[in-house]
Amino acid sequence: MNELQLSALLPFIVLAMASVIVILLIAFRLSHTVIQVVGFLMMCLVVFATWYVRDTLPQEIPPLFIVDGQAAVFTGLIIFCVLVIGLFSYIYFEEREENPKEYYILLFLATLGAAILTISQHFISFFIGLELLSVSLYALIAYLRNRNNAVEAGMKYLILAALSSAFLLFGMALIYMETGSMKFSGIAEKLVTIGSSPLFLMGLGTIIVAVGFKLALVPFHLWAADVYQGSPSPVTAFIATISKIGTFAVLLRFAQGIQLQHYQLATTIFSVIAIASMITGNILALRQSNLKRLLAYSSIAHFGYLLVAFLPGNNAGTEAAIFYLTAYSITLLSAFGVIIMLSPSQHEAEDLKNYEGLIWRRPIMGTVLAISLLSLAGIPLTAGFLAKFFVLSAGVQQAVWLPLLVLVLTSVIGLYYYLRIINTLFSTTVSTEAIPKPVHPFFHFSTYITLVIMAGLLCWLGIFPGLMLQGIKAFLMLH
Amino acid sequence: MILIWMICILLAGGILCWLTAQKSAVLAKWIALLTVTADLLIACWLFRIYQAFPDNTSWFINYQTDWIPALGISFHVAMDGFSHVLLLLTFFLGILAVLCSWKEIREKTGFYFFNLLWTLAGISGVFIAMDMILFYFCWEVMLIPMYFLITIWGDARRRYAGFKFFIFTQVGSLLMLLSLLALYFIHGDQTGTYTFDYFSLLRTSTGSPVMMWIMLGFLIAFAIKLPVVPFHNWLPDAHGEAPTAGSLVLAGLLLKTGAYGIIRFVLPLFPESAAAIGPWMILLGVIGIIYGALLAFSQTDLKRLIAYTSVSHMGFVLVGIFSFSNIAMQGVVMQILTHGLSTGALFVMAGMLKERLHTRDITKMGGLWTAMPAMGGIAILFTMASAGLPALGNFIAEFFILLGTFTSHPTFSIIATLGLILSAVYSLRMMQKVFMGQQTATEPIRDISARELVIMAALSISIVALGLFPQPVIDTVQHLSTIHPLLHE
Repeated sequence: MNELQLSALLPFIVLAMASVIVILLIAFRLSHTVIQVVGFLMMCLVVFATWYVRDTLPQEIPPLFIVDGQAAVFTGLIIFCVLVIGLFSYIYFEEREENPKEYYILLFLATLGAAILTISQHFISFFIGLELLSVSLYALIAYLRNRNNAVEAGMKYLILAALSSAFLLFGMALIYMETGSMKFSGIAEKLVTIGSSPLFLMGLGTIIVAVGFKLALVPFHLWAADVYQGSPSPVTAFIATISKIGTFAVLLRFAQGIQLQHYQLATTIFSVIAIASMITGNILALRQSNLKRLLAYSSIAHFGYLLVAFLPGNNAGTEAAIFYLTAYSITLLSAFGVIIMLSPSQHEAEDLKNYEGLIWRRPIMGTVLAISLLSLAGIPLTAGFLAKFFVLSAGVQQAVWLPLLVLVLTSVIGLYYYLRIINTLFSTTVSTEAIPKPVHPFFHFSTYITLVIMAGLLCWLGIFPGLMLQGIKAFLMLH
Repeated sequence: MILIWMICILLAGGILCWLTAQKSAVLAKWIALLTVTADLLIACWLFRIYQAFPDNTSWFINYQTDWIPALGISFHVAMDGFSHVLLLLTFFLGILAVLCSWKEIREKTGFYFFNLLWTLAGISGVFIAMDMILFYFCWEVMLIPMYFLITIWGDARRRYAGFKFFIFTQVGSLLMLLSLLALYFIHGDQTGTYTFDYFSLLRTSTGSPVMMWIMLGFLIAFAIKLPVVPFHNWLPDAHGEAPTAGSLVLAGLLLKTGAYGIIRFVLPLFPESAAAIGPWMILLGVIGIIYGALLAFSQTDLKRLIAYTSVSHMGFVLVGIFSFSNIAMQGVVMQILTHGLSTGALFVMAGMLKERLHTRDITKMGGLWTAMPAMGGIAILFTMASAGLPALGNFIAEFFILLGTFTSHPTFSIIATLGLILSAVYSLRMMQKVFMGQQTATEPIRDISARELVIMAALSISIVALGLFPQPVIDTVQHLSTIHPLLHE
């Protein structure tokens, strides 16, 4: 490994060090605040490192990794999310019964797993990244171990994730047997000569099962609602954003590597999964009165929409997918931020009843949540609309009409439940419950500001996406 | 540039209303009134310049600047006579909408006027946007505040009505978006430049059979808004449950965006497909005329009754548009204006009655003439306008439409004429139930106040003026059907 290759890995090395440093800080019995601040600085350092090495990209580190523009974009997105989630975690865990310190070790480890997924070009790094992510998540989900829902959710995730890992390994083994290579490019080369054999397709199928599980696509979505509901809200936000971004990044790279879109069967499978996810997710969310469960179902639908951008397998599709993930992450993070801000220390503010007349009681929180819901619903002037617009335009370009029509019709179904929550926010029954004084004014205030900034960002991206698009394009050139 | 200022004034005024209402609700009302008045004055001033403009068939103001150049999206606004007339209508009804919610809205005044002004901004944007994405943005911007107006300040079944309104229109919008993208790529493949600009898209050659589907995507969106009969289901609920100003804006302006969309986009962009589907649309229009009138006759809820009359009148608009005749097109524009005024006035009146009697049920009204002779007089004027009596604007409009259609589709034209008779039937029934007969109200009822008189007087003068001197309007829009939009660029 030469110097350039090492420096290309710098962001990931810093990210790995973050967990080690947090362990050391805990050994020295430093306070939650210090850990929070150090964690924040470490993540800033990762961003800085990414920026520092950007001129040397793309760099291949054979055989496992490739650090290119696409990886940098996804990593940047992941780090942005973990910065926000880390901030949310402070006020959330400071008021909970568990010692919050070890939480950060797991959080950073899981982030490292997701980040590794974005740069992996080999089955080994794919599997290591995914396991690092999953194993940390088992513990994170059940972090509030005295709460019934949390343990149930952790258990469910553990069993199903272990099963999906088994599927993944089996699929990898089948493909390795057929092609004799574990590197994506090696597999592709071999496939040119042997064509798509049944064994390869079977291996591909089982890998799709594993990836589908991670992305909570129908029919592998059964865990989503329970896990979303049972996990602590920052962890839910983590599962909804970082874990899925990482998995999607590796799926994208795998698909690009072996040119998945050339296999008619694979395309058909993905269209069916996309259509099923859009329909099922939106229909299950219709009557849901628990906000966290509702967001779980809505995220199933949203990844169905995302797959429509993935289907064409062209550059426009990749750009659309990245923009979509960005808009979606910001939107979900602001929604979960509001949930965290409103949650009292004993339970989560997840029942829709908690949100009645929110916009009149706490105007700013209400507005942030309303904007993020409008963005999820894909209403113009918010980032969610343009995200959907780019997905549609990528699909129209390649004329994948059936998924597109389903996308349009299910978005309309989706409108119903988003509007229902917005109606609740605007309803007039004003409860007289007093707003509790914030326990940690500084962190409370910074969370507040972050939420406002993110809501502003949603509107800004929704009206002037030009800068963002240029950035994505410029990064994607580096490959 | 002045066009953008007009929209910005509304948007800024809306935000200002929201902010000031915390301190003083009265101030917010005045700000709302002043912003819309300012816009009306600008529009009137432009109208005077426009009259002096040497060739008033062309695009009078045209302003374009970059927005998202990577995708060929620009910020392009332009105005011709048709847009101009509609803008005047928008601001005129906007002022009346502010005035008639002066007393009606007691809670969350600031947010109410914010939504009202933003809806108006969206509507004016729709009438001047010449970039398809900008058009789509404005199309949605008028929708969301309207949804809030219905669900927050509406009547008992406001939630249901709001949902229905939003979901119906959204289905159309998304289909339109899909068609828009398809058109964008087809045009890009043909010419090599990918752009959403209206004037460029007009140059797309439209021979291929796919165009029919793309056209249908647009047409459904506009047909839901207009509404054309199988898609009219949202209208009675939304009109019935909305607050007075909401109904006024819905009937007076929102429906017109559907007609505007068909005239501005469907016909010029897809001339062949539109011509092919023309007879079917005329058939739907005629069904709408008769069906709307029959349903209006059988309603007992005053606002729903007026809502169904809109279905009937908009049927005339559809017939006029798809008869592709010059004279019918002038009638369509007249109908758009006069229906906005007359139906708007009826909704305002229904709102005033509801404020006094706390009911919209016409079986519980009766004999109101004794208590409110002034309102009764005005009501007669507008029910007669709605029934299409000569000397009032609606007569000219419907007469032109029928005349223009008769040459090409005599049968449809004759059936549509029955609509005029039916409209007299339901109008007279409404007058008779509400103002004549046995007096039912026990407590004394005020006649109209000075503020209400101003609203009604403004509307009455305009409707009579349009009936007696329609020529200025006809002059302004006479280029519509005779000249292809590109030729007068």
